[in-house]
Amino acid sequence: MEPAALARSLRLPRQPMVRHLLCALAAGAVLYVLTARLNQYNDYQVGEIAAYVVALVGLSLLTGANGQISLGHGAFMAVGAYTMALLMNHTQTNFILELAAATGVAAAAGLVLGLPATRLKGPYLAGMTLLFALAVPSVADKWPNTFGGDQGLTTTVPTAPGSLSPEEWLAQIQIIGALVVMVLVANLLWSRYGRAFRAVRDDEIAASLAGVHVARIKVMAFAISAGCAGLGGALLSLSTGIVNTGEFPLTLSIQLLAAMVLGGTGTLIGMVWGGILLVYMPQWSTSLSSDFNLGTGANAYLATIIFGLVLIVAMIAAPNGIQGGLRWLWAHRPHPGRGGSDAAAPIPISTGK
Amino acid sequence: MLEVRDLSVSFGAVQALTSVSFDAEPGAVTAVLGANGAGKTTLLRTISGLVKPKEGSVRFDGGALLGRNVETIARLGVSHVPEGRGVIEELTVEENLRLATLWCLRRQQRQGAIAEILELFPRLQPFRKHNASTLSGGERQMLVLGRALISRPRLLLLDEPSLGLAPMVTAQLMALIRAQTEGTDLTVVLVEQNARSALSVSHHAVILNLGRVVVSDAAVTVATDAALRRHYLGF
Amino acid sequence: MSLFLDYSLNGIANGMIYATLALALVLVYRATKIINFAQGAAGMLTTFIAFSLLSRGVGYWWAFVLVLVIGFAIGAATERILIRPLHGRSELNPVIVTIGLLVVFEGLAGAIYGNASRGFPAAFSQSGLRVGSTTIAFSHFDVFILVAVLILMAGTLVLFRYTAIGLRMRASAFSREIARLLGVRVGILLSLGWGLAGIAGSLAGLLVAPTRSFGPYYMDLILVYGFTAAVIGGLESPVGALLGGLIAGLCISYVGGYLGSGLEPLGALALLMVALMARPEGIFARPAARRV
Repeated sequence: MEPAALARSLRLPRQPMVRHLLCALAAGAVLYVLTARLNQYNDYQVGEIAAYVVALVGLSLLTGANGQISLGHGAFMAVGAYTMALLMNHTQTNFILELAAATGVAAAAGLVLGLPATRLKGPYLAGMTLLFALAVPSVADKWPNTFGGDQGLTTTVPTAPGSLSPEEWLAQIQIIGALVVMVLVANLLWSRYGRAFRAVRDDEIAASLAGVHVARIKVMAFAISAGCAGLGGALLSLSTGIVNTGEFPLTLSIQLLAAMVLGGTGTLIGMVWGGILLVYMPQWSTSLSSDFNLGTGANAYLATIIFGLVLIVAMIAAPNGIQGGLRWLWAHRPHPGRGGSDAAAPIPISTGK
Repeated sequence: MLEVRDLSVSFGAVQALTSVSFDAEPGAVTAVLGANGAGKTTLLRTISGLVKPKEGSVRFDGGALLGRNVETIARLGVSHVPEGRGVIEELTVEENLRLATLWCLRRQQRQGAIAEILELFPRLQPFRKHNASTLSGGERQMLVLGRALISRPRLLLLDEPSLGLAPMVTAQLMALIRAQTEGTDLTVVLVEQNARSALSVSHHAVILNLGRVVVSDAAVTVATDAALRRHYLGF
Repeated sequence: MSLFLDYSLNGIANGMIYATLALALVLVYRATKIINFAQGAAGMLTTFIAFSLLSRGVGYWWAFVLVLVIGFAIGAATERILIRPLHGRSELNPVIVTIGLLVVFEGLAGAIYGNASRGFPAAFSQSGLRVGSTTIAFSHFDVFILVAVLILMAGTLVLFRYTAIGLRMRASAFSREIARLLGVRVGILLSLGWGLAGIAGSLAGLLVAPTRSFGPYYMDLILVYGFTAAVIGGLESPVGALLGGLIAGLCISYVGGYLGSGLEPLGALALLMVALMARPEGIFARPAARRV
């Protein structure tokens, strides 16, 4: 449900920044209790969901708020993951700094790719980012000594404090990462930058006439989105313990896209649905394929097919995804005072622009 | 003959046409006049099938037009020259004309038909093999009119043909329209902002105001009723 | 020097394949202003079907033609079922739908045919031709590629310039509404355009398959190279697709030859970025007029 509507009904402070922070703290508290109660495996999954959410939030900002499409998001995750893995393996850097570096290097890569991207319209940008997604792994393959070749590099989780189990500790790190990113991005979207993003998305020419520096805004969105992906990739690699090109194929970028679309392009909370889809899909497709008595090799491919179908069906029938649907339900609930539409309301894909 | 009955069209919350009814006779020009936003263009687009109405009926020579798709209506002999002319700039003059003949004429007849139209509009002859983007406003209007006539339509819908044209060119155009209509069974519906020149060539006039028909009378009557003219047509 | 010649010949042969895929993208783009990202994967799927047919003993040329027809059908069906309903909405929707279709095709191929890499037979010898006393890096099969693609290009040009259907297709692409008002059945022509593109895509798939071990993802790079070629040549004309293909083929071949084959994708990316920056706005000509 929209923060604005919830805030009104709970009489929370009206300042959006404060509101976001309070929501995040509340969610953090709930999740802290949750991770303590869940078993190790579930903790692991919750943590993975959080890591994906970090990456998905970036994508949602880029596509939902700013209207740019990227098929290379997985490659930026790879950049962040490799950065952190390299620092971990070759230096004694502080863990937080490693995460920051992963974010920063990925953001820098986003800056580089984002510069030519400012001049590109949808399909052209998609094509360029598609090629980027295919090109990045080839860099790692070209210099196997540095990047660990096929086996890749390993990552280690920093030691858990006290009696906390390592899975719980990792999940909490990832959850904190997700909450921090969500608060920051939510605040950004509420700020004048967010308004600039949306203005550029809706009509570049009108925006530039209104004084928005269109190219700068687009590059900024690209870089921030890439930074989120880098952080998400780094966090995710802590779960898997390994960073190699096999972890970041083209299909990952497409799965991220599907997860974002299903969750609700342009929303932040909706990205949680997307994360759930990504983490649980392998299980679901395995049980689906055994229901239909397909061979064991078919699992991975069945998951791919489902992601593709999600994209197709969502675009045709439900462009606003789950969160969009929930918002619609909330807005149309039987209630004398209707919930107003949030200024950060997404719905970019379905408006005929 | 064109019979429009109780036609209502809305775009979301905006009611563009409300219960519009009128007839257009063959061998005559029926002018549809009114201010900007009165619904004149919407009316033509509904007749040719580009817009689906909420309710009402449109019948031509006894057959219903509503519910059919645009191409089918065109192939029934309805030629709509839309607002903005609709010249296909990337095609040559000849290709624009030829395009309109593809569904109704056999290959041998097409060249002859194109030649006839170019005789009607000799200004277009030198541009025959040139891209239509090179034509001036008046020449483009001739091209689209020629393109509309080449298929020997029975119903001709013209949306503001005089837009952007010099008065002399407009007068020639109107004269040509009248000449093509008289003595034939062609039904012409002429939407115009330039009411004065439209009235000079029409037999019947319909005035729309905010989507409703406010006047439907002989063109002469409308032209001579000064109060009416001033109120709805501004002159 | 002979290395340069080898790379050049290799570049030309590959370039023709990229040109074929570029042609497919151009055909779809002209008809519906959409880039069909699933085009390569569709070609991959039809090539797998050819492989099945060949393993069952169907004659090579029968399989070849049949698979081109299937490619046509897939293309036309995609337009009719998935793309037509999206007309008029945001321009990102069809992009995402074709991406979804890409992975569906790849998933289907993987699920049906499994993961093992396989070899695809070539219609002609793939060893270098003998010119005088030397063997050049251009085989009979490469000649076949050249001829097949040129026939396709020529056929497309003749279709567009000299036939009534071609005129209708061009008109529908330039001005859909006006064409409809002139009695042109635009819907059928859109499907036809996508169907022709499907033929080109299937041809590309068949021409690439013998040169590498082919699995569900083998057309991914070919697609983006074809996209690069289409962008270089401009998305408006078959001739542009051919020129763009040759340029892309040569550049990528030189990068692969002199810098190592692993860097080809990066080279292509750099080429694409240069091409996109060099075009007036990186977008097609008409909206440029709106620039304020």
